[in-house]
Amino acid sequence: MSNSIAELEDAPLILAAGTNTTESHPVISLRVKKAVSKGAKLIVVDPRKIELTDFATRWLRLKVGTDIPLYNAMAHVIIEEGLYNKEYVAARTAGLEEMREFLKEYTPEYAEEITGVPAEEIVAAAREYAAARPASIIYTLGITEHSCGVHNVQSLANLALLCGNFGVENGGVNPLRGQNNVQGAGDVGCLPNLLPGYQRVGDDKARQRWEREWGVELNPRPGITKVAAIDEVLKGKLRAMYIMGENTVVSDANANKARRALEAVEFLVVQDLFLTETALLADVVLPAAAFAEVDGTFTNTERRVQRVRKAVEPPGQAKADWLILSELATRMGYVQSYDHPSQIWDELARNTPILAGISYGRLGQEGLQWPCPTPDHPGTRYLHKDVFPSEKGYLQMVPHVPLAEPPDDEYPLVLTTGRRRPNYHTNTQTGRARGFDTLSPHEWVEVSPHDALEMGLSDGEEVRVVSRRGRVQAPIKITDRSPAGVVFMSFHFPQTTLTNALTTDLHDPITETPEFKACAVRVEKLR
Amino acid sequence: MSTVKLQIDGREITAPEGATILDVTKSAGIEIPRLCHMEGLTPNAACRLCVVEVAGSRNLVASCSFPVSNNMVVKTNSERVAKARRLVMELLLSDHPLDCMTCEKSGACDLEKYAYELGVSSTRFEGERHAYPLDESNPFIVRDYNKCILCGRCVSACNEVQFVGAINVAHRGFDTKVAAPFGRSLLDSTCTFCGQCVAVCPVGALIENTRRFQGREWELDKVATVCPYCGVGCNIELNVKNNRVVKVVPLNNAAVNQGTLCVKGKFGMDFVGSPDRLTTPLIRRDGQLIPAPWEEAYDLIAAKFSQIKGESGPDAFAFLSSARTTNESNYMMQKFARAVIGTNSVDNCART
Repeated sequence: MSNSIAELEDAPLILAAGTNTTESHPVISLRVKKAVSKGAKLIVVDPRKIELTDFATRWLRLKVGTDIPLYNAMAHVIIEEGLYNKEYVAARTAGLEEMREFLKEYTPEYAEEITGVPAEEIVAAAREYAAARPASIIYTLGITEHSCGVHNVQSLANLALLCGNFGVENGGVNPLRGQNNVQGAGDVGCLPNLLPGYQRVGDDKARQRWEREWGVELNPRPGITKVAAIDEVLKGKLRAMYIMGENTVVSDANANKARRALEAVEFLVVQDLFLTETALLADVVLPAAAFAEVDGTFTNTERRVQRVRKAVEPPGQAKADWLILSELATRMGYVQSYDHPSQIWDELARNTPILAGISYGRLGQEGLQWPCPTPDHPGTRYLHKDVFPSEKGYLQMVPHVPLAEPPDDEYPLVLTTGRRRPNYHTNTQTGRARGFDTLSPHEWVEVSPHDALEMGLSDGEEVRVVSRRGRVQAPIKITDRSPAGVVFMSFHFPQTTLTNALTTDLHDPITETPEFKACAVRVEKLR
Repeated sequence: MSTVKLQIDGREITAPEGATILDVTKSAGIEIPRLCHMEGLTPNAACRLCVVEVAGSRNLVASCSFPVSNNMVVKTNSERVAKARRLVMELLLSDHPLDCMTCEKSGACDLEKYAYELGVSSTRFEGERHAYPLDESNPFIVRDYNKCILCGRCVSACNEVQFVGAINVAHRGFDTKVAAPFGRSLLDSTCTFCGQCVAVCPVGALIENTRRFQGREWELDKVATVCPYCGVGCNIELNVKNNRVVKVVPLNNAAVNQGTLCVKGKFGMDFVGSPDRLTTPLIRRDGQLIPAPWEEAYDLIAAKFSQIKGESGPDAFAFLSSARTTNESNYMMQKFARAVIGTNSVDNCART
């Protein structure tokens, strides 16, 4: 997040784009609801009638995958009506005139044709967003899990740049992250092109810093992503994989393909808490300690590094992930001798400028938000206060990108996937909590009343859902949460309904994030 | 902000206009007992334990909801106040079971605490008592209506903190009780089982099902840590006995979650102590995964990795790190990939 969770409560307007936050991050949604109770406007943009629409002052029910024309049209209105923050745009952004020209065609009427959102609603939303000082944007995977995910984000960021909402308290563009330490995993360098602290692997100075710390010569060429790794295995080029705490064989898009790859890879090591679907394919399985059994840190969605503390002993011979990796490194001749994870943190922090001021001793109860460059720095609640990393904030001209796999006669429905509140991912953890099966016993397909009537389906009826890549079975739930033409499924029950057998691995060209939010399917009656 | 000047227990105090007497005493470090009040929420003024004496006022006033004014003279500890509080406590105990020896809340119960402080161990008011059956109609929250003091905290928390509105005060008089609409089970209501009601209940009326008969409050080791589920990073306190997580409590003073949680953070920790946990390394032999000692697993991985690196170079490897483990473990994963194997092909699930 560019800003902080607590700031949401005081935002005069929140634009919630593609985020089912009441289910995916319920505690953040409390801040949004609180803001509304204090009088804030809430614009929800979502094809599904999610819970947040009950709190919205305006709900734009766009068609799946039409975010860019919607936000472009809002930007069009903001520019044409002169509603943008002129002082801010002049001082801190670049590209207004090109943008004005580019957006000429994105009239609200043109956007209505693509998005299905009435032009007057788009105009009203644009005026409200521009009038709020400041406005906060929150978004989740409904924005990023598209084959144009990066451009979706850029089209949102344009709105914030035009209205001066970056670098101000209670504003910003705020991705809400779905996993406890997905922020930290990237921060500390688990990315194929970036060393810890987002330093490029091709940057000689950064690499040399780590070469000195680690005493080895480092590879200057970026590696491949986990998405590309699946393809490389199937091409016979990748021989060994080491997977830590990921049930990738059922959580990846086009899961049948991921399974083929993990079955084919010559040597697979999986380190996990449980014998997951992925671990079952491994050559060696290593038992890991759970969060309650280790010391360390997690970094949350607002860049807050917080202490994780050991409360219980791990079962049997299970060990902390860091300890397994350092023992294995030692076994391979690269001797590691940490006694405590704080020593690992210190090694990370002293070579990572954004974390350099953070130490276990300073974390206490509140933690610290990076960037925190020095031991006396208080941490950073919101980013880009005076200057952007790129100096200017560049307005991005992003054209509409149609769905990678649009519905057609053979596969007439759009399947969009997501989460449900009582479940987490592939249910390896929540599936073992007493009582959770009462709240969410199995998968179901959410079908609109219109489509159910059209197909002659009744509530609870077991159906087959078929895409170009696979087929699954589940009962349907007839609900107006789904718009006509769209069905929704979660990916929480892979043992009985492997939703990701349906999803497409067609992906964003920059991030390689697959289009989990849209693929073409048909729903078949069983008899 | 305009201010008012008043006197509390003989001390001259300046306070912001609109503040309640309780607000002002709190910042002045004066302790007033209370059962229904919750910081930041609309006062219920239901328990009457926080009464104080205000000069010129015929009746004692509830400090949690009575606003301060200029030249007000307040006594928080007069004999009249103490007598009234003892009376309130006796009235509360007239319909509250005195089964503290088996009550899960004992040791963390506000009613127990204030009864002790006021020296009230019995009641003069013997009359009809409630004899409701225990409500065990859902797997997470056990409600004992007989222990409910009708303070309304759970209702306020559900409405004003979680904005769920699954419960409210139903019926009148002696029949008054907190209930979901039409007296149905919480499972048939809008309840999301966030456990906020349990977290704020001052007595043993609302208890986590998981913690029943798992240990007395004072036997539990309490460890502050961070929830392992979504990216919010809620601060939690694991309550542990005999190496088992017995219950989870949200931390009130946390910047992130301010005493709130969702169903996963509150009730979703059984996986830690699950019998399904892996307890030893496994090595595939003849198609089967067989338990093996660490040494053997390390030797096999080291040998195979060295062989593949020797034959095909570092580009034949890919490492997939975990968005669920710590920063330190993630750091070690990329260090292993880069420094030991020599590849930058290390990724995490952020993109998928």
